[in-house]
Amino acid sequence: MSDFLVRALIGALITGATAPAIGIYLVQRRLSLIGDGLGHVALTGVGLGLLLQRSPVLMAVVVAALGAVVIELVRERGKTSGDVALAMLFYGGISGGVVLVNLSDGQSSRSLVSYLFGSLLTTSSQDLVLMGILGAAVLAVATLGRPWLFAVCHDEEYARVSGLPVRALNLTLAITTAVTVTVAMRAVGLLLVSALMVVPVATAQQVTRGFATTMLAAVGLGLLAAGTGVWVSVEADTGPGATVVLLAIGGFFVVTVGAAATRALRRRRAAPARVEPGAPEPEVVLD
Amino acid sequence: MTPVVDVEHAVVSYGGRAVLEDVSLAVAPSEVVAILGANGSGKSTLVRSALGLIPLTRGDVRLFGEPLRKFRGWRRIGYVPRRVGAGGGVPATVGEVVASGRLARRGLLRPARSADRRAVDDALTAVGLADRVREPVSTLSGGQQQRVLIARALAGAPELLVLDEPTAGVDAASQEAFAGALRRFVERGGTVLFVAHELGPLRPLITRAVVVHHGSIIHNGRVPEPAGHHAEPDHDHVHPHGPVEQAGFWGAP
Repeated sequence: MSDFLVRALIGALITGATAPAIGIYLVQRRLSLIGDGLGHVALTGVGLGLLLQRSPVLMAVVVAALGAVVIELVRERGKTSGDVALAMLFYGGISGGVVLVNLSDGQSSRSLVSYLFGSLLTTSSQDLVLMGILGAAVLAVATLGRPWLFAVCHDEEYARVSGLPVRALNLTLAITTAVTVTVAMRAVGLLLVSALMVVPVATAQQVTRGFATTMLAAVGLGLLAAGTGVWVSVEADTGPGATVVLLAIGGFFVVTVGAAATRALRRRRAAPARVEPGAPEPEVVLD
Repeated sequence: MTPVVDVEHAVVSYGGRAVLEDVSLAVAPSEVVAILGANGSGKSTLVRSALGLIPLTRGDVRLFGEPLRKFRGWRRIGYVPRRVGAGGGVPATVGEVVASGRLARRGLLRPARSADRRAVDDALTAVGLADRVREPVSTLSGGQQQRVLIARALAGAPELLVLDEPTAGVDAASQEAFAGALRRFVERGGTVLFVAHELGPLRPLITRAVVVHHGSIIHNGRVPEPAGHHAEPDHDHVHPHGPVEQAGFWGAP
């Protein structure tokens, strides 16, 4: 395997593990699309980085984190105008990114596309080191902080009456989400990152019973989709980010249909036992 | 003795409309106080503002003698919110939800100790759901889900339980299990403040009833006796309709 392929695989695997680990909290809170919104905001950071000739990834982390804090503060106030405020932030973010990129030199409009849809195959070693460090931080927050983040996402009022630092936990979650989005942008791109935060979680919870097992299964599915996605994209010469996401969604359908079929089978098997006493015996038993 | 909950001249208003008007209520240690009232009377607002979940427009709240703003002893309070559907978008086991009740006693980022796990088991045993610890909450009945929330509050070994409509839409078996858990909590000296629409099997535990009507307390004393068709033997539905309909009783001090 060539060097760039190994780098692509490592980058995809980092994303495959981190995105669902933090995305599960967003799904829990029914904020599945927030990752997508933060991707839009991060684009302004990318534009700023290209314009100032600083690391676009680092600038994206900073801008997306700021955006996440603003979104969290809007959400906390619970006003109906929050929805509109979020829309402003998202569309402002993507427009700001495009304009800033336009202002920088001509080369970079091509690199803008690579941030939107990911460009695993041009990932450098420095990119990978940064992704690895940020990814490890995200995984640490998502796993070590699980009981507290779970409590605050499951029932925020209860968490408040328990005396938990609700605002600090919410901001931690918001900033970690922003970091995850920017970590994942080299792999699957800003427009697709939300998919890896949500789809493996949605797939896992078809068959799991608890939160911890859902998280573990979702991370496993994320890794699986990332690994096979990179392999398929090389074989079929397709964009790695989009391939990974399509595989994850394909997995979701397979598991959903499989789980529904298993449930139906079990129900059919269990049915004869549930015949009410005194009810007439069925004349024909289909088995 | 310092009241456990002390609400003084509380006013809560939304957009200029008063939901609570100058309400004062003190709950002493070991009391079991039921807050009764029709839907929209402000009874839930009263307990939620006492816990700081709804900001007061005017007035003061003290918990265990501390002003709400300075209060840090949240581990002394177990809160049971009104049941919120089947929870979030991700499955969670009964054990995971009840374990949240230990977090007030567990330092931030500290791993769970055997005492935490034992408290979860004990709380589930108290509400009769010990065998369901690994099941997803969403597969339980409404009444069982309500018992899970009560177990979560009990797991933190609180001194005060605050419950918002714990018996609303709960099947008879769950009501009995809940009444049993509450009786044991009270026998150990616990204080209870709860909002209810109907009392059911909780009636014998109650030491004082407070009736809220249109944002004001109109009765504060013994449990109102059912009147009219509510007095029929199999009817335990306490549903105060306010002073106009039952002036003789509700007007009493």
